[in-house]
Amino acid sequence: MRGLQFDIAHLLAGMLVLVSLIQLYQDRLQSLINVFALHAIVLSLSVAWQAHIQGAPHLFVTALIALVFKGMVIPVVLHRVIRRLGIHREIETVGGIGLTMLAGVAMVGLSMVVMLKVTPGADPIAREDLAFALSVVLIGLLMMVTRRNAVSQVVGFMSLENGLILAAAGARGMPLVVEISVAFSILIAFIVIGIFLFRIRERFDTVDVGALDRFRGDRQ
Amino acid sequence: MAVIYDLLVQGVQMFLVLALAPLLTGFVRVIKARLLRRRGPPLLQPYYDLARLLGKEVVLAENASWLFRVSPYMIFAATWVAAALVPTFATGLIFSWSADLIAIIALLASARFFLALVGLDIGTSFGGIGSSREVTFASLAEPAMIMIIFTLALIAGSTQLSTIAHIMSMPELGLRVSLGLALVALILVAIAENSRIPVDNPATHLELTMVHEAMVLEYSGRHLALIEFASMLKLLLYVSLIACIFAPWGMANPGAASLAFLGGLVLYPLKLAVGGALLGLFETSIAKMRVFRVPELLGAALMLGLLGTLFLFVSGSF
Amino acid sequence: MTSYADIALAAVLAIPLATAALLVVFPGYRLTARLNVLAALATFVAAASLFVFRPEAGTYLVVDDLNVVFIGLTTFVGFTTSVFSASYIAHELETGRLTPVYLRFYHAMYQLLMFSMNLALIANNIGLMWVAIELATLTTVLMVGIYRTHEALEAAWKYFILGSVGIALALFGTILIYLAAQPVVGEGLDAMTWTLLIKRAGDFDAALLNIAFVFLLLGYGTKVGLAPLHAWLPDAHAEGPTPISAVLSGLLLNVALYALLRFKVLLAVNVEAVTPGLLMMILGLLSLLFAAFMLYRRRDIKRFFAYSSIEHMGIIVFAFGIGGPIANFAGLLHMTMHSLTKSAIFFAVGHIAQVKGTQRMADIRGLSVSHPALAIAFALCVVAIAGLPPFGVFASEFLLVTTTFAREPWLALLLGFGLLVAFGALLWRLQGLLFGEPEGPSGKTEASLVPIYMHLAIVLMAGIWIPTPVATWFDQVAKLLG
Repeated sequence: MRGLQFDIAHLLAGMLVLVSLIQLYQDRLQSLINVFALHAIVLSLSVAWQAHIQGAPHLFVTALIALVFKGMVIPVVLHRVIRRLGIHREIETVGGIGLTMLAGVAMVGLSMVVMLKVTPGADPIAREDLAFALSVVLIGLLMMVTRRNAVSQVVGFMSLENGLILAAAGARGMPLVVEISVAFSILIAFIVIGIFLFRIRERFDTVDVGALDRFRGDRQ
Repeated sequence: MAVIYDLLVQGVQMFLVLALAPLLTGFVRVIKARLLRRRGPPLLQPYYDLARLLGKEVVLAENASWLFRVSPYMIFAATWVAAALVPTFATGLIFSWSADLIAIIALLASARFFLALVGLDIGTSFGGIGSSREVTFASLAEPAMIMIIFTLALIAGSTQLSTIAHIMSMPELGLRVSLGLALVALILVAIAENSRIPVDNPATHLELTMVHEAMVLEYSGRHLALIEFASMLKLLLYVSLIACIFAPWGMANPGAASLAFLGGLVLYPLKLAVGGALLGLFETSIAKMRVFRVPELLGAALMLGLLGTLFLFVSGSF
Repeated sequence: MTSYADIALAAVLAIPLATAALLVVFPGYRLTARLNVLAALATFVAAASLFVFRPEAGTYLVVDDLNVVFIGLTTFVGFTTSVFSASYIAHELETGRLTPVYLRFYHAMYQLLMFSMNLALIANNIGLMWVAIELATLTTVLMVGIYRTHEALEAAWKYFILGSVGIALALFGTILIYLAAQPVVGEGLDAMTWTLLIKRAGDFDAALLNIAFVFLLLGYGTKVGLAPLHAWLPDAHAEGPTPISAVLSGLLLNVALYALLRFKVLLAVNVEAVTPGLLMMILGLLSLLFAAFMLYRRRDIKRFFAYSSIEHMGIIVFAFGIGGPIANFAGLLHMTMHSLTKSAIFFAVGHIAQVKGTQRMADIRGLSVSHPALAIAFALCVVAIAGLPPFGVFASEFLLVTTTFAREPWLALLLGFGLLVAFGALLWRLQGLLFGEPEGPSGKTEASLVPIYMHLAIVLMAGIWIPTPVATWFDQVAKLLG
């Protein structure tokens, strides 16, 4: 039955990449957050499947955290935040959606070439998980680079973290790190939402990071 | 004898698509009308329309060139051949060796080429708009289609539709995320190619939005009939293509008993009906897209096709 | 003996952690500042005793030749910075830039930062090390943004985003290392335990190790502040409280570099793996040259020295990249010297910025007239960091340049060029700051010059004579680094 096990793992991880790309495409903050929730849910399914086939019950905890925290709590909180900041209807100028998407697909291709080349000996499930995880990480990076808005940068960062969790879950028997990285993503989310957004809202009328660049000091 | 029999089956296929194409279009119209709680035209209205148009006299613009007169026949012929190549009720027909996905795409592309040319031929502004839009969309839709073909060809090891249909009906295929992506991409391309609703509204002559209708505005009489018929055939072609690739059940294999052919013949209109109903449902539930956003839709199709191919390399590397 | 060692090891972690908890509770800045100093001193004593008593390597913690000096250095600079911070923070409270609540938060975060850096240094598990470095990043982000001005928030935000990206890439590299180790060492904790990894690293899959190192270099390199990934560093230095700039430059960059070195050792053991040297040399030289030129265009005094930190990190990474006993020796020495000197500079800069009420270099003139004692200490520090002879920075730079000349003459030219450019910028700015008509307020300061002179004394000593046991120790580690 290895075939089916692999196929389902492949399906879920592939969906994660797809959702990442959809996320990259979103230009409205609200839909971006919704897609992020979907991202987290797909991640939790994927991790749960890994837990099942590896017989590693502790991964179920990771899956649950991803589902409840990243899939539900964070999106709800973010929706509130953007509503309170009055930017929930804002449309972001992403600058060349076609180009960004093309870059995203190029990232997927790149990560596949890289990962498949260097891991010929590894377990196939770990291999494909890693290849997909790297693409999710790179797309997350791309999103952070192309967005000017603080909220969408945070979303980009969290989806990047999702990719890392996928990689960690795919590496069979990986200790500690899954739990700890989840704990850290929670911490990061708290810090970001609690402190930064509120402070930024307190100080500025916009969460646009571009506005923060007003003061450039003596940077070049 | 066997050859005659094969030729007969192939002939049935050719005339089957010709006979069913207006019916499918009429069916979609009926479905849409019913969903909107209208009575709508009768199911057979497209046949009446075609017959009426064929009987009317042709009015040509003063500066129409020979191309303008020849093109309807070219368009119709290319589309008909393409539609007849897609396996409908049976695989492995006598001409199936030429039922190659790339050949079908090429045939459709040449039909589109002529259509775009005649849009420009008269020199009216509408024709020009239509042609330029059509070509813009095609430049995105065709790469997407090519990526879909890549995906399928990599899975089946062939671009032959019969072979693909055969591979796709095997249970060993397993769960392939690439196929799902290819299906979605193919549906997007099909919608764009057939000028269905989010891309173009086939029922309107509103100049701001039209693509396909703008190009054929100058046609009348039997020329218009042929072009309309060709576009009906094209719709049928895409529905049967999707059915053939993603729902290849119940198609008669080469050399099967006559009963299998009969089964295929019953099942095929059913598949068409399901496809048409879904299309009608989809079209009523969605709003027309602004023309400037259509490239994004097609870009999504292209991206999905690309992803499908890429994912295949991951799953195919073991 | 081991029990002493274990207690000392536990103390290095437990004291900062417990103090952090206490500092949250205690009100009053005098008490908390003193407690902060006391805890830092106690941690330093505990760390110093690790030189004498060496504990056995455990599953999670390890003390070996490579990290013991880093622990000593970190706790020492942590201690002196806490002394400086006590006098600096009092002034911030007077001017009202910080409120008592924020101050409490600041002290707790300071100890938490010390804890996380110590943990990163003595972790025997590459996953644990990653966690500790992430924790250190988060605490510094919070401290950089503590003034809550536009600029501070921008700096903290930038630092947070770039730091997180770096840390994410590093985690990916860590996972890849685990994946490389897993078939050889076995599943579970063992495949992340450094002491076990290093024994078996020869059998790891070389291709995986290579790609893992690329991720680790980019990831931890961001934290080191290497050139294309440095954007956060000047802002974070300039906008946070000056003690944090001192700790950032003096310690946190080192901790990230230390993490890189650990993995470099791992690669050095594997014969088939590409030597990571080339990449490190390129990044190092790039950082050096870029930062050296950028020095001329800085107008903010803290940004200026932040760029100088990038420059020196470039030198150090270059030294480790070129490899070999002498270059590694030079790299280690330079790392130590830079930590001490740069933190001393930030102590001085902190006082200068406070008395002048500005960080703009154009507004700070004639320090030698208005604040002679401070000016002398500052001048000595800048002379030391510029690499003038009697000081230790000169010794390490000299070693590095000579060995590079012997092995890669062309690179040596670039290296020497970069050093000279930076040297010129430093002296040019120093002259502007010290001489001329005094401008701006010239109020009295209660500058704590003791930490500055403590650092300078060590740097001076290293430049003149390195004690034999220290030199042999440096030699050993340099060989380990391959």
